[in-house]
Amino acid sequence: MTQATNQNDLVGQLLAGFQKFESQLNGATGSVHSLRKKALESLDLAGLPSTKHEEYKYTNITKAIEKTFSFDTENTSTQIEPQEIEEFLIPGLDAHILVFLNGVLDPSLSRWEAEAGLEIIDLPTALKEDSEAISKHFAKYADYNRDAYVALNTGFSKDGSFITVKANSIIEKPVVLHYINVVKDGQVHNHPRNLVVVGENSHATFIESFSDVGEHESLTNSVTEIVIGQSARVDYYKLQNDKENVYHVGTTQVQQAKNSYFAAYTFTTNGAITRNNLNIDLEDEGCESHMYGLYLLNGKTHVDNHTAVDHQKPNSFSNELYKGILEDKSRGVFNGKIFVRQDAQKTNAFQSNKNILLSDQATVNTKPQLEIWADDVKCSHGCTTGQLDEEALFYLQSRGLGKDNARALLLYAFAIEVLENVKLEPVRKYLEDLISERLRKDF
Amino acid sequence: MLKIQNLHASIEDKDILRGINLEVKAGEVHAIMGPNGSGKSTLASVLAGREDYEVSEGEATFLGNDLLEMAPEERAREGVFLAFQYPVEIPGVSTTNFMKTAINQVREYRGQEPLDAVSFLTLMKEKMKLVDIDQSLLSRSLNEGFSGGEKKRNEIFQMAMLEPKLAILDETDSGLDIDALKIVANGVNKLKGKDNATIVVTHYQRLLDYIVPDYVHVLYKGRIVKSGTKDLALELEEKGYDWIKEEADAATA
Repeated sequence: MTQATNQNDLVGQLLAGFQKFESQLNGATGSVHSLRKKALESLDLAGLPSTKHEEYKYTNITKAIEKTFSFDTENTSTQIEPQEIEEFLIPGLDAHILVFLNGVLDPSLSRWEAEAGLEIIDLPTALKEDSEAISKHFAKYADYNRDAYVALNTGFSKDGSFITVKANSIIEKPVVLHYINVVKDGQVHNHPRNLVVVGENSHATFIESFSDVGEHESLTNSVTEIVIGQSARVDYYKLQNDKENVYHVGTTQVQQAKNSYFAAYTFTTNGAITRNNLNIDLEDEGCESHMYGLYLLNGKTHVDNHTAVDHQKPNSFSNELYKGILEDKSRGVFNGKIFVRQDAQKTNAFQSNKNILLSDQATVNTKPQLEIWADDVKCSHGCTTGQLDEEALFYLQSRGLGKDNARALLLYAFAIEVLENVKLEPVRKYLEDLISERLRKDF
Repeated sequence: MLKIQNLHASIEDKDILRGINLEVKAGEVHAIMGPNGSGKSTLASVLAGREDYEVSEGEATFLGNDLLEMAPEERAREGVFLAFQYPVEIPGVSTTNFMKTAINQVREYRGQEPLDAVSFLTLMKEKMKLVDIDQSLLSRSLNEGFSGGEKKRNEIFQMAMLEPKLAILDETDSGLDIDALKIVANGVNKLKGKDNATIVVTHYQRLLDYIVPDYVHVLYKGRIVKSGTKDLALELEEKGYDWIKEEADAATA
């Protein structure tokens, strides 16, 4: 099945790499391996999505990958000095730190301590052990038949992490996954895969951070599955402050059990093309979900956030706030789906997407998509796209603020509505500084 | 202090001001009155530098400098203050935060050291008393969800903080109940001095019971058609604007 008919086409090239990939598995071909093969069959059948695909209508990442990347040769150099990692760390954050170089966990750069209730296992080890938990949860949620990039990731899933939190555990320190692509000597592409299982009545925080070192292009196609037990609480951050030669497709798939809480914070400040999928299944009653997103784009950066929250049972709440500031020729895409199933009475679901365009050449495509089958629900959605408020600008200037400062202050105020929901103090400070710098708010 | 000569201004090709002449000296309070649509607020906006208006003719100097050439922030730094008729709501920006930035930018322009956090707070506390405004209000998003009275008090608070040489109050009385009006007027009166001047733009005489003007000017169809003392305001209160309109229309006919 890996014999692609046309070696020139992208899927063919990718599939051609599978034999070599298999040879690197070192026997880790337990229950997961048949999943890999099935996923790749699905990919082979569907192909990677072009803009004809409704879900990728505004984001031609497949074509960009085809044009930019060569999959025949692989740059395997991960030469990096420890101090080069330092700049990506969040100052003042006491955390369990996992560093992945080109998708592979680097134990020498990582540092995590034992914390009661928390278990972190390198994915290759976890797949080799092939525990009950792995066969129960691994690749069971992110549907590879629904998204070809998930299929691609599943097919080549090898590196990443398997993180479990036992029931009734409060994990004090956040777990930070730093993905660093070392592109000093050439392009890299990888498919990080994580499975996070949080037991009943526990609380944990996870941060995924993406960065590059070097001038060549990188492609990251990541999938993270998060399974949240009854009455448990998970905070999840995705921080993307990549360079302009970074291509990213990522899916975060979340399963919420009864009375659980989940909050996602997605911050994107750079990159070539970024596509984030955030899918949340509210599988039982009394769930609460928050989705916060902020994208500050300039140059030719293209960022696409697709979110889907699926209310399957009654009495759940979801709230979504995504905001964007777009300069130059940047482009933002927002698609927010809310499903309310027939069973899901008394659902409250709210969604808002607001954008400020600072140049005539910046674009936003925003699409709320609500599908409601229940009849006793409260749902709302709204999107706005506009320019900076001239009257507010004049007001601030009339008090003595220079125009640039007034502008920066207004943009910062626009962004802060998302930022103020970040409860983790060092992370908020880190993001505030990043955003201040980007908006040239130097006062 | 302020000298306006033959000032003409228009918006979207519609002439609003058609030759204003006015001189305001330090220590004086001038009231600009007039019927709706006479150009009162336009005059205030043009002086503060709102970009929507185009000045087609005439000049305005402030302390000898060409006011119309200056950006709005330069005017503010030179000492012009406009209290807005409709103060803007700005979510995410607190009065405290933005006043700190504003004051320090004004100070920098004047070659003064920036205020440290303690001096700023001391200054703020002192000025808050003037308009009876609560600290919690100033920590909230600027004017968002404020009542009409709170917005206007916030304007006067900002004025007190910036200590302008020329304060222009654009219909600060509109929509205020009598208690709020007294508080606002009291704040303005306490800020008056021999070195600064005030222009009060208003439709009604009521405010002038509390802020007593040295001169009253009546604006009609973009010109000052009558000037006088505070007695003129009382006459307008009693007789309305019609007699002035008739007089003015007869003069131009």
